[in-house]
Amino acid sequence: MSNISQLEDFATQVRRDILRQVHAVSSGHPGGSLGCTEFLVTLYQEIMNRKDGFDMDGIGEDIFYLSNGHISPVIYSVLARSGYFPVEELSTFRKLGSRLQGHPSTHDGLPGVRIASGSLGQGLSVALGTAQAKKINNDDNLVYTLHGDGELQEGQIWEAAIYAAAYKVDNLIATVDYNGQQIDGSTEEVCSLGDLNAKFTAFGWDVLEVKEGNNIEAIVNGLKEAKSRTGKGKPVCILLHTMMGNGVDFMMHTHAWHGKAPSDEQLELALSQNPETLGDY
Amino acid sequence: MKKYTDTGKKDTRSGFGAGLTELSKTNENVVALCADLIGSLKMEGFIENSPERFFQTGIAEANMIGMAAGLTVGGKIPFAGTFANFATGRVYDQIRQSVAYSEKNVKICASHAGLTLGEDGATHQILEDIGLMKMLPGMVVINPCDYNQTKAATLAIADYVGPTYLRFGRPKVANFTPENGEFVIGKAVMLNEGTDVTIVATGHCVWEALIAAEKLEAKGISAEVINIHTIKPLDEEAILKSVAKTGCIVTCEEHNYLGGLGESVARVLSLNNPTPQEYIATKDTFGESGTADELMAKYELDAPAIEAAAEKVMKRK
Repeated sequence: MSNISQLEDFATQVRRDILRQVHAVSSGHPGGSLGCTEFLVTLYQEIMNRKDGFDMDGIGEDIFYLSNGHISPVIYSVLARSGYFPVEELSTFRKLGSRLQGHPSTHDGLPGVRIASGSLGQGLSVALGTAQAKKINNDDNLVYTLHGDGELQEGQIWEAAIYAAAYKVDNLIATVDYNGQQIDGSTEEVCSLGDLNAKFTAFGWDVLEVKEGNNIEAIVNGLKEAKSRTGKGKPVCILLHTMMGNGVDFMMHTHAWHGKAPSDEQLELALSQNPETLGDY
Repeated sequence: MKKYTDTGKKDTRSGFGAGLTELSKTNENVVALCADLIGSLKMEGFIENSPERFFQTGIAEANMIGMAAGLTVGGKIPFAGTFANFATGRVYDQIRQSVAYSEKNVKICASHAGLTLGEDGATHQILEDIGLMKMLPGMVVINPCDYNQTKAATLAIADYVGPTYLRFGRPKVANFTPENGEFVIGKAVMLNEGTDVTIVATGHCVWEALIAAEKLEAKGISAEVINIHTIKPLDEEAILKSVAKTGCIVTCEEHNYLGGLGESVARVLSLNNPTPQEYIATKDTFGESGTADELMAKYELDAPAIEAAAEKVMKRK
């Protein structure tokens, strides 16, 4: 088991990777990526049961689906630094011929990715299919997903939410990146999600909230609690309260950095707030 | 002309159901999904044999397609069934991203395609699905002609690895292909050799093409009839070989002439051997309520329309 400070160092390096990837091609989505860094580092480094290497079927291990595919810089960094592909490949992000497409794909054979995502709202359904395949295969490992909160405005999410409860898909933990921001403004302004906890509860899910979604210790405890609630006849939902742009002071408290790359000066400032820990690619 | 006998009218959807039932016994990796249309898709046999491998999603087709994609992760071969309208247009983006671009081994099984759905009318009569599906990179598109061939196609696609669209229909139509016949994806079936005009047809139009060929024969016209059950990948060789002999072609489909079999054939011909072509297809229009036979006649997809098109295209040689 990693200790908390090791995970924090890992997360700091991932933040550097995110900023450098996005800066290098002047495109991509740093805000949501930074906000989910601690969660994904904790999930891959501390929580998930993962086999060595990668195969598409993933039988005998936990599986993660990124439904909000635009936060590709963070999943690419976490996958690379978890051993799925060479860290140096992060330098090809969004470039012609790269396996690191703007949004994650299986088309180009990047290890660690099992579904394309980018068009929002589809990952929960895919996860349900895999969760049901695990049940048929008598594979007691879990399926994890991550969704943007704005993504929950897509109707397909609620089709899947109904199914998951109706058919007691209890080997699934869906996490919502609850940062309250989307492209056109706050989720409250754009199209209010209302009381998400009450909504998922009413849909028959077991809901827990992690109030400090950028605090690794809180995330570890929340994910462990969520795991303990699986296998009890209900799908499990984590409302992860995060800060978009976390770890870079000028990217926080705004939706402005949802899909915008930093300038040279802004990159320098952002990196100075996140000193190198594991070594840059 | 080679004689074909209708062994008794049957619906192609029942051919799908029979194939799926057989797969429940012969292939443990096959799973099935349905969005509240079990009876219409004839899926009862599969469910009875393998209830643990069946997933009822309710009226939620987008979720069904996503789940089908997810079931492939774990080694399953999902057959997702609903009406053609809801299996394509309604869920196009889900198919595009989660199935086609993600290269998932999902079988999209679409019943009640085309006008012959009949009385339910245009909301349910999709005439654009072949076009929608053939435009997706890597998607195989199959439209078998009768009960026996639909059953054979259902079995064949289970052994093919890759995203597949299987289109079939509602009405009882002539059943004339061999029972337990071979089905080779992408390989056209020569039904009648001829020298004056080529008629290529898919789906319910194949039997109509055979009737038309008989009428033409009575007038001294030798029509070559080819069953194109696979629209993508298209058997280009069979088409080019035939028109090299006949010099003209009629394409027949229960689908809009924009985006269908006819346009796929036209592309092959224009690149290789520009040939006069007539289209038996709906003409950029929606359908309407009526019986299957009435609609096939009104929208000029039946044997008399094919016969007339053949005579017309011969004059353009």
